[in-house]
Amino acid sequence: MNDVKTSTGGNKPYIRVDNLKKYFHTKRGLLHAVDDVSFTIQKGETLGLVGESGCGKSTLGRCLIRLLETTAGSVVLHDEKAGTDTDVTKVSSSVMKELRKKVQIVFQDPYSCLNPRLSVWELIAEPLIVNDVFANKNDMRARIRELMNTVGLAERLENSYPHELDGGRRQRIGIARSLALNPEFIVLDEPVSALDVCIQAQILNLLNDLQKEFHYTYVFISHNLSVVKHVSDRIAVMYLGKIVELSNYKELFVKPTHPYTQALLSAIPVAKLDVQKERIILEGDVPSPINPPNGCRFMGRCRYCQEICRKETPDLKEVLPDHFVACHLTPVI
Amino acid sequence: MDANTQNNLLLEIQDLTIQYITDAGTVHAVENLNLHLGHGETLGFVGETGAGKTTTALGIMRLIPSPPGVVKSGKIIFEGQNLLEKSEPEMRAIRGGKIAMIFQDPMTSLNPVMTVDKQIAEMIKLHKNVGEAESLKLAGDMLELVGIRRERMHDYPHQFSGGMKQRVVIAIALACDPGLLIADEPTTALDVTIQAQVLELMKKLKQQFDASMILITHDLGIVADICDKVAIMYAGRVVEYADKRALYSNPVHPYTIGLFNSVPDLDDDKEALNVIPGLMPDPMDLPAGCTFHPRCTCAAEQCSKTKPAMIDVGNGHFAACPIRAKALGAA
Repeated sequence: MNDVKTSTGGNKPYIRVDNLKKYFHTKRGLLHAVDDVSFTIQKGETLGLVGESGCGKSTLGRCLIRLLETTAGSVVLHDEKAGTDTDVTKVSSSVMKELRKKVQIVFQDPYSCLNPRLSVWELIAEPLIVNDVFANKNDMRARIRELMNTVGLAERLENSYPHELDGGRRQRIGIARSLALNPEFIVLDEPVSALDVCIQAQILNLLNDLQKEFHYTYVFISHNLSVVKHVSDRIAVMYLGKIVELSNYKELFVKPTHPYTQALLSAIPVAKLDVQKERIILEGDVPSPINPPNGCRFMGRCRYCQEICRKETPDLKEVLPDHFVACHLTPVI
Repeated sequence: MDANTQNNLLLEIQDLTIQYITDAGTVHAVENLNLHLGHGETLGFVGETGAGKTTTALGIMRLIPSPPGVVKSGKIIFEGQNLLEKSEPEMRAIRGGKIAMIFQDPMTSLNPVMTVDKQIAEMIKLHKNVGEAESLKLAGDMLELVGIRRERMHDYPHQFSGGMKQRVVIAIALACDPGLLIADEPTTALDVTIQAQVLELMKKLKQQFDASMILITHDLGIVADICDKVAIMYAGRVVEYADKRALYSNPVHPYTIGLFNSVPDLDDDKEALNVIPGLMPDPMDLPAGCTFHPRCTCAAEQCSKTKPAMIDVGNGHFAACPIRAKALGAA
């Protein structure tokens, strides 16, 4: 794929992903989890990654912070102060250990990502101890208190264990852990999917407030489009390992251009009456990502599918300013 | 209730109270629940985790695990008969035959070591007087009805995708033409595009089979799509019950309003969501009076003392909040 540049002025992007690929070897063949994606993220912005299960969004999120080794491509992190560029996928493990303080992740399921045998206090202290942040116990105590305060956990909970807490509070622990080392970049992998709507709203507000205060850069992964729209500056829609559309959050909802995005948007149930919209019901399921054929990944379910779609894989092209779409038929439909 | 709705009544729940009695204390899962459902209606049952939605559904099916579950009081009148007075053999004929249930997770509700045609045929043989060959033929018909090709009837559940598995579960539920279908979060485990397919199918089949439905969900969007009436549950009680149109255009109970505000709006571009402060109360230790009063913005002194009754605020729109009802001039 050709270079994809965002036209956000002359500023160097904070993260630049080029031709990133992640394949898994399976018994039945090569699984193309993430297949040749390129994009950039500016400092302090939130990039939303949406798609259905198995589209590669979590794999991509993990590749960004090297929790998975990539098959090909690069993820370049730009340090504005030092003026240096680091390719996360290629640095040595000792450099990576230092870098991990800057890049963090919050996982989806607050029930399984916390060690059930550690108390809230120990869970939040863990990253601080592992990285030898404080020589002095009192400083560490102050920092843990501060973190608990930041994410809205009451001090009386510090000796509780995860099983005693509800999902929302557990997710707050996960967030506190990721904030402990003052990161710059946080991958939020479905952070609110396991929570009820009221708790979900509380966590979304918290994440928003934290970003305002500390200027974090987020990648927000979710299958829930209304949540993604609420938090993101730009949104990338993924289908079967590819980014099919990338645009400003407002424009994506006003002018969805890729047929898959259109179908996805029309499928969201809206909590309102008399919403006039065309329901596009997609036939069939997402095909297997193992040894995908040439051509557009979406062709089997696309209502506009043409001859060219079966032969050539479409590139992500800028069809409108800052609005990228990977579809052969974009100007037509 | 006028005579017309009385005749049309399929299910009526009166003062249903269900508790789980454990060593740690008594869990008040459902308290004084009143509901009615007419023929052909779809009732949406909305609430957060632990609000008692599933317990109510299991109560109707008489499937509350006991111990620790106990139905303390109340009546569940289905087609004029109280289900709570039925014997176990009578209940077995009703379950699946007259009232069928669709569970949330299709992977755990299907038998992994049995082909899907046999699972559907099992249901048919149990309730209809037909032989093996005939039941398998009917099973194939059911599969075609839910949009699965007949050739796949000898496949095992793991050979199907999540959406297809839920279709199989729907085929089992509808195999004996039940009058009432209880769907407990039928699409929560599915992706949005697959969810749209399954909801479309359920809407179509409900019409075709002329069945009534109770749809348990936490998604107000799904309710807007397919329900006629809505009951909002909070901490074991129904706090608001109304026609869908009335509820969506004019929510009355503060909890319902909070619930609507918590959902990020696709059309709106506001920064922060108006959240309901605090958490759902522990069902072992419910607050006195109105269970919602510690989190409520319009709570008054009386709210912590008296349990609010359901008040009709107009045209069969009930809400358990005297303060708001008064403001609307109904009490």
